[in-house]
Amino acid sequence: MNGIMTPVLLVAVIGLICAALLVFASKVFHVAVDERVTQVREALPGANCGGCGFAGCDAYAAALVEDEDLPLTKCSPGGAGTASAIAEILGRAAGDAEPEVAQVMCNGVCDARRTVLDWQGMSSCKGAKGWFSSPNACMYGCMGLGDCADACQFDAIGIVDGIAKVNRENCVACGACVGACPQKIIKLVPVKAQVHVLCSSTDKGAVAKKNCDNACIGCTKCTTVCNFGAITVEDNLARIDVAKCKSCGLCAVVCPTGAINSFKKLPPKAAAEKAAAAKKAAAAKAKEKAEAKA
Amino acid sequence: MVNLIVIFMAIVLVNNFVLSQFLGICSFLGVSNKMSSSVGMGGAVVFVMVIAELVTWPVMQILNRFDLAYLQTVVFILVIAALVQFVEMFMKRYLPALQKALGIFLPLITTNCAILGATINAISYGYSYLQSVVYAFGAGVGYMVAMVLFAGIREEKLNNMDGIPAPFQGVGIILVAASIMALSFMGFTGMFQ
Repeated sequence: MNGIMTPVLLVAVIGLICAALLVFASKVFHVAVDERVTQVREALPGANCGGCGFAGCDAYAAALVEDEDLPLTKCSPGGAGTASAIAEILGRAAGDAEPEVAQVMCNGVCDARRTVLDWQGMSSCKGAKGWFSSPNACMYGCMGLGDCADACQFDAIGIVDGIAKVNRENCVACGACVGACPQKIIKLVPVKAQVHVLCSSTDKGAVAKKNCDNACIGCTKCTTVCNFGAITVEDNLARIDVAKCKSCGLCAVVCPTGAINSFKKLPPKAAAEKAAAAKKAAAAKAKEKAEAKA
Repeated sequence: MVNLIVIFMAIVLVNNFVLSQFLGICSFLGVSNKMSSSVGMGGAVVFVMVIAELVTWPVMQILNRFDLAYLQTVVFILVIAALVQFVEMFMKRYLPALQKALGIFLPLITTNCAILGATINAISYGYSYLQSVVYAFGAGVGYMVAMVLFAGIREEKLNNMDGIPAPFQGVGIILVAASIMALSFMGFTGMFQ
C-alpha cells in the first residue's frame, strides 16, 4: 500500500501546487479583455473553419473589434444572421453579403469520361496528381478521389458517380474544398446563380470531346443564344459572367454536349419551346447579318 | 568557471541539440522559413529552457529523496506545462510587448521534446544546480544558432524552388540542406573535452 501511495500523493501534491499557482495567476494577472470581443465571439458559429481568412473564430472576433473597417460579412457559415448580430454588438451597419455556395466545375461522370489508367494508388487527388496529371483522359477534370470531401467539415461534398458533388443545403461556402482541390475546379458561386459551365477543360473541342462526352467544346452556341451577353468563350471554354447572367437557362438548352448545367429544372415542354425560340432567334440573327452584308 | 564555459560551448557547438542530438526537429523545420520568426522562436526556447531547468532541478531532488526517479518524465511535463502557462499570464499582464513578440511560440514549445530533453539530460549528467542552468541556457542558444543559420540558408536559397529537381522540391530539399548543415557541425567534434 505504501509503495503506491507515495508516488500518487507526490504527483497529486505537485499537480495541486501547479493548479493553485495557475488559479492565483489568473486572478492576480487578470487582463481586462474588451467585452465586445467575447460577445462577438459568442455570436460567431464557432466552426473555426477559417473561411473568413483568419485563424479561427477567436481571431476574427478580435480583428473585428480592433479594425473598424473590416467587413462583418466574412463569416459564411453564420450568414446574414450572424452579420446582423455582430453589427448590433459593434454598432455598425451589417452590409450585404451575397450568400455563396461551392460548385464543382466538372461533369465528367463515370459514363461520360475516358480513363487512361486504373488508379490503384492512394485515395488522394493530390497524390495522384503528383504521379500523373490525372487517371482520367481529361487532365483538367475531377479525379473523384475525394480530397475535397476530406477537407469539408460540414459533410457538404462527396463523391457521387465518380465526381465530387456539393450538397447545397449543407454547404456554408467556407472555401476549404476550394483550397484542397489540386485541379482548382471548385469555385465559390452566388447561390442565386443557377447556370454554370460544368467543365474546366481548355483543350480544343475535338480533344475535349474525345476525352469526355460532357466536355465544353467551345462551339460558341451559348454565346449566340445568350440575350444578356453573359457568356464568353476563351481558350475553348465557355465562361459565364455571374454578374450578367440572369439564370434563364437558354444556354443549357442549346448546349450540344450538356456541359452547361442549369439547376433550374425546365419542364420538358417549356424547354422545347425555349429551344425552338432560340433557334428562331439565331436564324433571325443570321438572316440580319446576311442582309447587312448584302 | 572554466568548467561552466566548457559545458556551455560543448552544448552549443559539439552536442548541438538540433544538429547532433536531433531534438526539437519539428519546430526547427517548421519555423525556420523566416529569419524574424526563427529569432523569436529561438529566444522563446532559450527563455523557457532556463526557467524550466530552474524549477525541475529542485523537483528532481524531491523525487530522489522519495526514491521516485522513475516519475521524472511525468512530473517534468506537468511542471513545465504549468510553469509556461504561468509565465505567459505574467507576461500578458506586465510585459505585453514581449508576450506579443513570442506570440504563439510560447505555448507551442511547452511540450517540445527539446525542453524536456534539456532538463532530463542535465540531471542524468549529474550536474549541479548552477551547471545545469548553464547547460540549459547553452542548449537554448545552440537551438537558436542552428535555427538562425538555417533560416539564413532558407531565405537565401530555398524560398523559391526554381532550379531544384521536381522530386526534391519542398520538404525534401529542406531536409537535405539540414543534414548537410548537421554534417558541417560534426567538424566541432572533440573541440571541448
